[in-house]
Amino acid sequence: MSRPIRILVAKAGLDGHDRGAKVVAAGLRDAGMEVIYTGLHQTPEQIAEAAVQEDVEVVGISSLAGAHMTLFTRVLELLKEAGAGHIMVVGGGIISEDDIVGLEKRGVAKLFGPGTELPVIVDWIVKAVDAQRAEAAKE
Amino acid sequence: MTYDLAEKLVNGDRLALAKAITLVENRAHGHEDILEECFRNRKPAVRIGLTGAPGSGKSTLVNAMIKLLRAEGKTIGVVAVDPTSPFTGGALLGDRVRITTSESDEGVFIRSMASRGAVGGIAEATDDVAVLFEASGKEYVLIETVGVGQAEVDVAASADTTVLVLTPEAGDSVQTLKAGLMEVADVFAINKSDRPGAERMALDIRSMLEMRASEKGWTPPIICMSAIRGEKVDELIDEIAKHREHLASCTSAADRERTYLVVKLKRAVERMLKNDLWRGPDGSALEKIADDIADGTTTPYAAARQILDRYRARSGQGE
Ligand SMILES: Nc1nc2c(ncn2[C@@H]2O[C@H](COP(=O)(O)OP(=O)(O)O)[C@@H](O)[C@H]2O)c(=O)[nH]1
Ligand SMILES: [Mg+2]
Repeated sequence: MSRPIRILVAKAGLDGHDRGAKVVAAGLRDAGMEVIYTGLHQTPEQIAEAAVQEDVEVVGISSLAGAHMTLFTRVLELLKEAGAGHIMVVGGGIISEDDIVGLEKRGVAKLFGPGTELPVIVDWIVKAVDAQRAEAAKE
Repeated sequence: MTYDLAEKLVNGDRLALAKAITLVENRAHGHEDILEECFRNRKPAVRIGLTGAPGSGKSTLVNAMIKLLRAEGKTIGVVAVDPTSPFTGGALLGDRVRITTSESDEGVFIRSMASRGAVGGIAEATDDVAVLFEASGKEYVLIETVGVGQAEVDVAASADTTVLVLTPEAGDSVQTLKAGLMEVADVFAINKSDRPGAERMALDIRSMLEMRASEKGWTPPIICMSAIRGEKVDELIDEIAKHREHLASCTSAADRERTYLVVKLKRAVERMLKNDLWRGPDGSALEKIADDIADGTTTPYAAARQILDRYRARSGQGE
């Protein structure tokens, strides 16, 4: 039995509800992951610091309000500054195709568009973490 | 590498502390060396356990306590334990939702932890995470339990002072308290006292405590407080301090430390034995034995004795 995947799920931005993020968090838990849920209105600084303290393998950010470019870029930056650039950052929410391409170029590992089915997300994360662990084991 | 990690965390490196906690939690290769090194470098912290039903406000209280303790300049490590699903192995660790520290405050370190099958309210490795916090210089270690264990009593052995968080809400009456919980409480916190019924509940608890001889020479104080409003949280912290003074007056710090370390020692031995036992050939023989039990060739009891005999023989100490 391998150890559970550790993932942080955060809801960024000022808009008021986190139903989507909670559904995803519960789905990841049901898929056998240890999900650290941090709740609403998280700043990039809070997200990065929590990711460091929790030593997660993946950070998942749900973002509905605009400003994705700055938000995701800032989280990536902060993680790198903290020496935690190895942590994979993924996201979901209402993000345009252009922004998705731009963000993935800047280092966001994966963005899931609106309406992505949970099993697709789970599957992607499991495979990506497996690959990351295999890579780390080689070192 | 692992030695490096211990040295770094002792010197205040947060990333190293986070990584060390993961290794210890996973009981990964090298974790014993880290613990060893950290144990040598630790300064015992004030260890406070917070237990009580889910939703009683433990995390909110942790948040309020952090605010007050930080104002006094104390450094704090928090371990918040949530239950692992026995079916999927997954866990939703949501305590951070209530704990809002400043991300730039290096004096606080919060770690969520899944119970991973342990039933005593804390995870098997929670205790050792406290050691890592102590080695990293934390003066206070707050341990928030799962709240739904069969008996949330393990935390009492890991903490100096155990706070039982109750709420005046319907159904949370004193009569329905899980057996053993009353005894475990050094301090009663009746949270959500901004709602009606708190005084009533305090009376109930007091009369229940009076029926019980206070064999430890300590009558647990009852504080009606509100974590969310930050009311009487200072009083709670004062009572925790008084409890520590009481402990100091009846036993020496050295004696208490000794008791704590014996518990630690036993837990470590049991863990290592268990790992060792199932790692050997006995682990793989389990399937065969399960078949034998299933078809009635043997019983679980006879098989257990057999496994133990073989284990002893294997480790060259057959009786
Ligand atoms: N009215 C009131 N609600 C509170 C108080 N403290 C916590 N709560 C609420 O109780 C709920 C559960 O709190 P939480 O800290 O997560 O409880 P835990 O499961 O024991 O950690 C949350 O909605 C809190 O806002 C309080 O003093 N008064
Ligand atoms: Mg909680």
